[in-house]
Amino acid sequence: MNPLNARRSSDQQGTYSSLIGCPVCDALYRLPVERSAEPSKCQRCGHRLTYGPSTALTWIVSLSVTNVALLFAVLFLPFLELRAGQFDNAVSVIDVVLGFSTGIMVPLALAVLAFILMLPLCRLLLVLYALTPAVLARRNLPGAQRALAWSFILKPWAMAEIFMLGVAVALVKLADLATISIGAAFWMFVVIVLLNAYQDTLSNRHSLWAALTWTR
Amino acid sequence: MDTVISARDVGRVICQTCGNVALISEVRCPRCAHRLSSRDTLSEQKVWAWLIAGLIAYLPANTYPMLLTTQNFRTSESTIIGGVIDLFEHGSYAVAIIVFVASILIPVGKFVVIGYLAILTRKRHRTDPHRLLRYYEVVEFIGRWSMIDVFVVAILTALVQFDVLASINPGIAAVCFALSVVFTMLAAQSFDSRQIWDRLEDGFRHG
Ligand SMILES: [Zn+2]
Ligand SMILES: [Zn+2]
Repeated sequence: MNPLNARRSSDQQGTYSSLIGCPVCDALYRLPVERSAEPSKCQRCGHRLTYGPSTALTWIVSLSVTNVALLFAVLFLPFLELRAGQFDNAVSVIDVVLGFSTGIMVPLALAVLAFILMLPLCRLLLVLYALTPAVLARRNLPGAQRALAWSFILKPWAMAEIFMLGVAVALVKLADLATISIGAAFWMFVVIVLLNAYQDTLSNRHSLWAALTWTR
Repeated sequence: MDTVISARDVGRVICQTCGNVALISEVRCPRCAHRLSSRDTLSEQKVWAWLIAGLIAYLPANTYPMLLTTQNFRTSESTIIGGVIDLFEHGSYAVAIIVFVASILIPVGKFVVIGYLAILTRKRHRTDPHRLLRYYEVVEFIGRWSMIDVFVVAILTALVQFDVLASINPGIAAVCFALSVVFTMLAAQSFDSRQIWDRLEDGFRHG
């Protein structure tokens, strides 16, 4: 179940690619080629090192394409509409962001724009740039490795799912004051969040990096 | 069972971005070009700097108004805790609890846990590393969810804009709170989880 532990003596001459390391606790293991397709965990801290055979690459790429298309549609469709008496206000996601855009709130508006739209979009585009050639069995595009690395670095800063919980809270807060109808973009955003979550369960570092390395 | 050998013991370094195993002499990862460091020697200073910055931003986030609500020519202000109390009084208990957890419990818990980890791993310790790692993972995973209240303010501001009759505008606390969340996320990311095991007393190296 566990990959073999790297041994001090044999490791000095050990080949580069057969070693696998745990980024969480710095444990180093020797991973025989014949076991590289098996799932394994770090003996010391339990961090997942490999996930077993992955056929998910095609799925990841097609989910990313779908999500990019949905994100662009979301920008232009109505997100929520509020009605109270003679008042009527329909907003898109962009309006939500621009709500902050006066005076000292401008940096906050830009940050919210980045958290809910730009960074999720960047991550999707980076993944597509890095992995589409691998799916099509082509050579990697220049900087594919760098692109994939950045898609992982940006992950904690893409907050679309947190935004949707925020929308739910806001709807409850306004429920007494007004009638709120939900626009098409709202449901698209829900789909995006769900597809993103599914994509994250498919994406694990080891198999994505392996895919890039094989096609090099 | 063999004792676990760390990459540093055998002159290797594991890329924190892609998991590649490189030679310790290399400055950048040969695979993803990210900067390599076997141990982040500045980790402790960075953790404290971001944590203190987060704390400094968190105090005004609680004392200044988060929302400015104008209804029939009158403007009222509400703070984070005021918003939670309002929700409770309206009987929206579930949402009140979500906001309370995201805006107060998680941020305060994060300050305590990151501070605890940073102090504990300064010198040799005997604490179960799995428990420490669990704390760290929880802080890293949950920390970003505090941002929810900032998004709520953004949505309310966009939806309720009917001039003096009814409008909602963001208060200065929204900026402070967003900064506080960002700073504490950076504090958590600056913590080098590898030092949990580096500084573990020998008798406690039980795999
Ligand atoms: Zn480990
Ligand atoms: Zn790397």
